[in-house]
Amino acid sequence: MVTAAEEGLTIPEAPAEPGVLESALRAARASGRKLLVPYVTGGLGDDWADIVRAVADAGADAIEIGVPFSDPVMDGPVIQEASELALRAGATPVTVFDELRTIDAGVPIAVMTYYNLAFHMGHQRFAESLAAAGVSAAILPDLPLEEVGPWATAADAAGVETVLLAAPTAPDERLPLVCARARGFVYAVGLLGVTGERDALASSSLVIARRLKAITDKPVLVGVGVSNAEQAVEVCAEADGVVIGSALMRRVLEGVGPAGAGAFIAEVRAALDAAS
Amino acid sequence: MALAEPSSSGRFGEFGGRYVPETLVPACLELERAFRSAWGDPVFRAELDGLLADYAGRPSPLTECHRLSEELGVRVLLKREDLNHTGSHKINNVLGQALLAKRMGKTRLVAETGAGQHGVASATAAALMGMECMVYMGEIDIERQALNVFRMKLLGAEVVPAVSGSRTLKDAVNEAMRDWVATVETTHYCLGSVMGPHPYPWMVREFHTVIGVEARAQCEKLLDGGVPDIVTACVGGGSNAIGIFSGFADTDAELVGVEPAGGAAVGRGVPGVVHGMKSYLMQDEFGQVQEAHSISAGLDYPGVGPEHSFLSSIGRARYEAVTDAEVIDAFQLLSRTEGIIPALEPAHALAWISRDRAALAGKTVLLNMSGRGDKDVGQMMEILG
Repeated sequence: MVTAAEEGLTIPEAPAEPGVLESALRAARASGRKLLVPYVTGGLGDDWADIVRAVADAGADAIEIGVPFSDPVMDGPVIQEASELALRAGATPVTVFDELRTIDAGVPIAVMTYYNLAFHMGHQRFAESLAAAGVSAAILPDLPLEEVGPWATAADAAGVETVLLAAPTAPDERLPLVCARARGFVYAVGLLGVTGERDALASSSLVIARRLKAITDKPVLVGVGVSNAEQAVEVCAEADGVVIGSALMRRVLEGVGPAGAGAFIAEVRAALDAAS
Repeated sequence: MALAEPSSSGRFGEFGGRYVPETLVPACLELERAFRSAWGDPVFRAELDGLLADYAGRPSPLTECHRLSEELGVRVLLKREDLNHTGSHKINNVLGQALLAKRMGKTRLVAETGAGQHGVASATAAALMGMECMVYMGEIDIERQALNVFRMKLLGAEVVPAVSGSRTLKDAVNEAMRDWVATVETTHYCLGSVMGPHPYPWMVREFHTVIGVEARAQCEKLLDGGVPDIVTACVGGGSNAIGIFSGFADTDAELVGVEPAGGAAVGRGVPGVVHGMKSYLMQDEFGQVQEAHSISAGLDYPGVGPEHSFLSSIGRARYEAVTDAEVIDAFQLLSRTEGIIPALEPAHALAWISRDRAALAGKTVLLNMSGRGDKDVGQMMEILG
């Protein structure tokens, strides 16, 4: 009997010092503000860089940039469509990074994509490309805690914070491990399901935010299923902030342009500020 | 060597693993625990064996192909998985998974399907066990496998078109995974091949080892205690191949997987991560997964099960690729010489034997006839006019 060689799955300890993204979010939180992180698909349309600047000006605390991938399993129809259109228009990690380098948004940037793009380019090269493009953090939703080691080692070395997701299905003993390894912020998955707008805020959003806030002082942002200003306010009763993706990208796909995207984020910003 | 259990992290060498969203990690862990317990439980095994015998019709026969062998100059033996209930090897796996899902208290199955064979098998098992079943199928495959779509609906399953990306098997897997992320508390994802996150590649292999165990005993009887020189099977995800390989991995028999030229993950791919696993994967220079192109919907997949990547990397199995044209010839060849209309998938393995018959002259080759051709007759009627 030949036993398949074991590949050690060691999870390196996260650096103690908060990075650029986490520091910025902690500072904003300390000032009494709820955190707002809009998501924009990189490479979608000629004006995506303008959309990034517009949502930054509208009061985003950081911006998540999606690097389109062929098989986005955590994404619902809106972000799937945005990714597919961007890919068809020729977007690649390299074109998105190149353009990111020229965007001076004035807030930290986190890239959200799928693990194969990092694995294929090589962990070190991918991490260094992010750093060179001025990106502070990476979110790889198909890379769970057990598998994060090799990537996190390279990312830590390059000064890129790896945001980890915390799911409603996680048992109590798992969440502290996720929080300990998460950098930038802890991405609380608001519901069982993929990204996309929902009519009402899922009660699981409040539950996961509460569970995380009880065990970590890192910023806890809820994403997946946060669809409008009202829901953002509702979930921020427990959470430090929200990630808004599909609700913004649906508007972008409908053609609202930078001004419309900025107006939507400004509306969410105003609601959060009024409530806090 | 016998085929070993993967490492604790679900790896065969460097391949495999569990690359799934956090939401699904507890479900994968729960499934691993439940499978390990069930597989070691004589009551579960007896119930599954009973279903395989009395419902699926096992054991499947081993057929010696006299006329085909004479024509090719290669002695060809067929393991007749095409004679199973629902017409393919897929039933072995779904009966196991459906039984396991019930044991875990799940009430609903989701499945992906390419050619429709796994979808039909899943719908069948769901009907048998009184479970709800939803099958995701690429929009293009729904068109070319209309008969199987009708079968699934007849069996009470809901068939949902996957309309994103290449609209074939790869995208059906994405949709099934998205469904599972949202419904994981009540639903079992009945994955159809030796792929996906741990424990699927291992669990699905174990459910298909019955093919190899039977074939080994049947060959020993027929070959006077011997084993075939070569054991071959088609490879999409690779479940029927791993099933038959498992019976011969500890012998001198050469193991040959046959991929479609337009979906040769082992032959043309490089390691990548998609659908929960690290394995050979057809991808572009940036790591975007490429679309496979094959006459056979069941093999239209740009990846391959991680254990095949491992067997290839250590040289225990080798992987050949054949063209659609060679497959069409093989489809007709078997029909004409043996009165057996093969599915297009196993016709790939025969196409390789036929093409390389000079090199194989005088050898004994065991081919896993993984499915029957009824589902493909309409498509072939159009092609052959």
